[in-house]
Amino acid sequence: MSGLDELMAGELKAVNVGLASFAEPIAAAGVSVITLDWRPPALGDADAAMRLARLMNDERIEKANATAIELVLAAQAVLLDVVAAREAIPALAEGRLLLHAGPPIEWEHMCGPMRGAVAGAIVLEGWAPDLVRAEEIAASGDVRFAPCHHHDAVGPMAGLISPSMPVYVLEDPSTGRRAYSNLNEGIGKALRFGANDDEVLTKLRWMVAEVGPTLGAALRSLKEPINMKSNIAQALQMGDECHNRNVGSTSLWSRQLAPALARQGEAGVRVLEFMRDNNHFALNANMAACKLMTAAGEGVPHSTLVTTMARNGVDFGIRVSGCGERWFVTPAPVPDGLYFPGYGPEDANPDLGDSAITETAGIGGFAMAAAPAVVGFVGGTPADAMAYTVEMADITLARSRDFQLPPLGFLGSPTGIDLRKVLDTGSAPVIDTGIAHRRPGVGQIGAGIARAPIACFVEALAAVEAGL
Amino acid sequence: MSLVAKTRVKRNAYFDSVVLMRIAAGLTARPEVDDASLMMGTPANKDILREAGLLDDAGSSAGPNDLVIAVRSEDNLVDGLLAEAETGLTALPAPTSAGEHGTRRPRALAQVAGANLALISTPGAYAAAEALKALKLGMHVFLFSDNVPVEDEVMLKEEASHRGLLVMGPDCGTAIINGVPLGFANAVRRGDIGLIGASGTGSQEISCLVDAGGAGVSQLIGVGSHDLSEKVGARSMLFAFEALDADPATKVIVLVSKPPAPSVAQKVMERAARSEKQVVVNFIGSKLEATAPNVHPATTLAEAAGIACGLSLGRTMHAAPAPPVATRVAGGRTAIRAIFSGGTFAYEASLLLGDVKTSIGHWVSGHPIAFPPGHLVLDLGADQFTVGRPHPMIDPTLRVEFVRAAIQAPDTAVVLLDVVLGTGSADDPAGALAPAIREAEGGPLVIAFVCGTPGDRQSLAAQHRELSEAGAVLAPSSTAAVQLAADLVGARV
Repeated sequence: MSGLDELMAGELKAVNVGLASFAEPIAAAGVSVITLDWRPPALGDADAAMRLARLMNDERIEKANATAIELVLAAQAVLLDVVAAREAIPALAEGRLLLHAGPPIEWEHMCGPMRGAVAGAIVLEGWAPDLVRAEEIAASGDVRFAPCHHHDAVGPMAGLISPSMPVYVLEDPSTGRRAYSNLNEGIGKALRFGANDDEVLTKLRWMVAEVGPTLGAALRSLKEPINMKSNIAQALQMGDECHNRNVGSTSLWSRQLAPALARQGEAGVRVLEFMRDNNHFALNANMAACKLMTAAGEGVPHSTLVTTMARNGVDFGIRVSGCGERWFVTPAPVPDGLYFPGYGPEDANPDLGDSAITETAGIGGFAMAAAPAVVGFVGGTPADAMAYTVEMADITLARSRDFQLPPLGFLGSPTGIDLRKVLDTGSAPVIDTGIAHRRPGVGQIGAGIARAPIACFVEALAAVEAGL
Repeated sequence: MSLVAKTRVKRNAYFDSVVLMRIAAGLTARPEVDDASLMMGTPANKDILREAGLLDDAGSSAGPNDLVIAVRSEDNLVDGLLAEAETGLTALPAPTSAGEHGTRRPRALAQVAGANLALISTPGAYAAAEALKALKLGMHVFLFSDNVPVEDEVMLKEEASHRGLLVMGPDCGTAIINGVPLGFANAVRRGDIGLIGASGTGSQEISCLVDAGGAGVSQLIGVGSHDLSEKVGARSMLFAFEALDADPATKVIVLVSKPPAPSVAQKVMERAARSEKQVVVNFIGSKLEATAPNVHPATTLAEAAGIACGLSLGRTMHAAPAPPVATRVAGGRTAIRAIFSGGTFAYEASLLLGDVKTSIGHWVSGHPIAFPPGHLVLDLGADQFTVGRPHPMIDPTLRVEFVRAAIQAPDTAVVLLDVVLGTGSADDPAGALAPAIREAEGGPLVIAFVCGTPGDRQSLAAQHRELSEAGAVLAPSSTAAVQLAADLVGARV
């Protein structure tokens, strides 16, 4: 019996792609028919559309994705320590290496904010006496650059991690995998936006000398390490999406750490004050937790799970589980957002930072329903916030078992981007983001919402097919 | 005051082309608008706009996900008209957002669980991909889109056969599955005649004549106009044949197609001969030899329907005769001008009439229509006439222009018209043609036939009445209409 015999013997259940009017007589005949909200797939690239069709429901990919997403969902993240980056990341102990956000980039192509951050980090490390000399050294090839992502690390905005900087050490206790992130300097003038004057460097030196060691000591003194995943889960129920809004998770953290920090004497109190003054303090550790989750899904052959989305201010890059370490890059977009008075889109640097790891792990823009305050950045309403989360479920493989969203009846946050679904639906991942000024040192000039550019997904799809 | 063409580009705004055409049609109808078009900025669409002299620099910059609104009008009006067109778009239903329960309209086939049939009418460049997705998701496919490369058609039909699925199309306009109309179809009685058609309007006509003859249809399976080509090898027709051959509700099988490639015809005839059921084969115009007692060749659509009805009802059927036409046409009027919306009708008529032209050569929208001398059979559903505008079965506007031109041509003896009813077709096609038909009084004779059933929403009786009252002579079938016209002018049939 062929499928056609079954169709003739059974009931029709139709789906209509294209002209909406085709559905009318079918519905009038009392038959179930759904008309898709269809648009040309893959930005209208007909070759990619056909490739997508060839990879539809492919057994190898489906199986690989089931494996990869389960690894992501099951990953745990506890915060163990804060140590100097060179102690956590071996490559930083060898020669002059700086880690930066996004896909690989060399000095000559770096955007303003990243150049500013690089120069500041070189002075911080004492590799140059001043910023002018620092730029010369950066240009000379004496300093090597590598993405944070190549060393299990993430950093917001410019994402600079230099050997002496303190980093969070997070671990998945079940696998022993670790991930790292730098510490958040606070809002205003900050190295991550390319600011690098004395004030910025003085604060960084204090963070190296006091904040890092004090936090490390406090963390090591806890009987139980802080479970970052449950922290994020709680923060999502406190109005955070843990990317552009971190006030809930920072407050939770302050409470969890306050006694241990208080025992560190005056230094501990100064760290508490530092946390009090920065609503985004917990962001970087949240990002490292996300990195642990997404890294768990890496390297599953044939999987179309997106394991990295990151920007270096010039390029937007993704990596895909089944394509190993390979980056697929395309020019970074300028976010759609609200600007601080006196600034506008013409001042904005294209999107920057590793913080899109939050969306890659199913929070940030994907959990926007939890954080209606964030859509205010683009003049949105709580209904818009819900719509973003609902839309992201169209392009993800699963729902988080841990990150529940009260406004959606405690439905899990949509988790694990399937690049095929992105291309098939035309729904690009939503990314909450800060907006940096294109000139180094000016700092943050706004915040808003960006959509991942589709071109790199198109390229990745071709690579997945080539690997089958 | 001078005419100026100007565009406005809406970035990343996707709209269905039918919606855009509707808005463009509304604009173009206005006296102050010389021409207007709304199109997504694909390279092909931009070429069309450029040809039409509607593309300025702003429009040239549009990408495939950008909407181009183009208007040519007097220079002091054009901006206002562009703004109005844009407002017209926003008056449409808002794009779907989260519903009350956090659901939204699915955008992709993979999001629809449990469906067993996909209807695909996207632009041709994406249609094969959508069809392949549907097959991989276990759905049968009704593929209305045309301009699918033949290699893709073969690939789709091979994929389908591995999966035990049916691909109707590409370029499939009609089907009735389990009594449910797909695309352009008529409300025919259910019965024991199973139709498999590579000719859309031909299948519709046979199904309507079967209905008129008192029999009914079990399934009408379209296979697309290219299925019986050498390369495609009747893959869908043979697959559907297996299903109908095994279907207890089907007693008689009717196969209809334009003449296939000889090797394909042979394959189909051989399969028909092996069936235990009665099979009527109509490769329009082809005189076939009966290869087995159960295989009944038919030359015309009307003959095919007549034989099928007879086999179904167990008696000999006679085709309804054409009405006697008292009047002879005036001297000097010698040419038949068939202005059809159905491709199969045009094909059948040109075969029956023999020496006819089927093209008016280069034609530019909006320019006066000039007919070549002699008989002409025109399919206004052909690509030449449907770029950037709906099919004449949906929107008769262009056909009315051609009918008027045919009536006004001094050598026209007969204007031959099809009127196709059913799902997908215009609400009142006869009503749209009637004013033009009235203008034929004292001139050429208008002969029309209606492809429809009493159950069609347009009302067969009302359509007949409108045509008669306007002065048209009604023929009972496409075949009869052509024969009648030929008798009048003394053409061979």
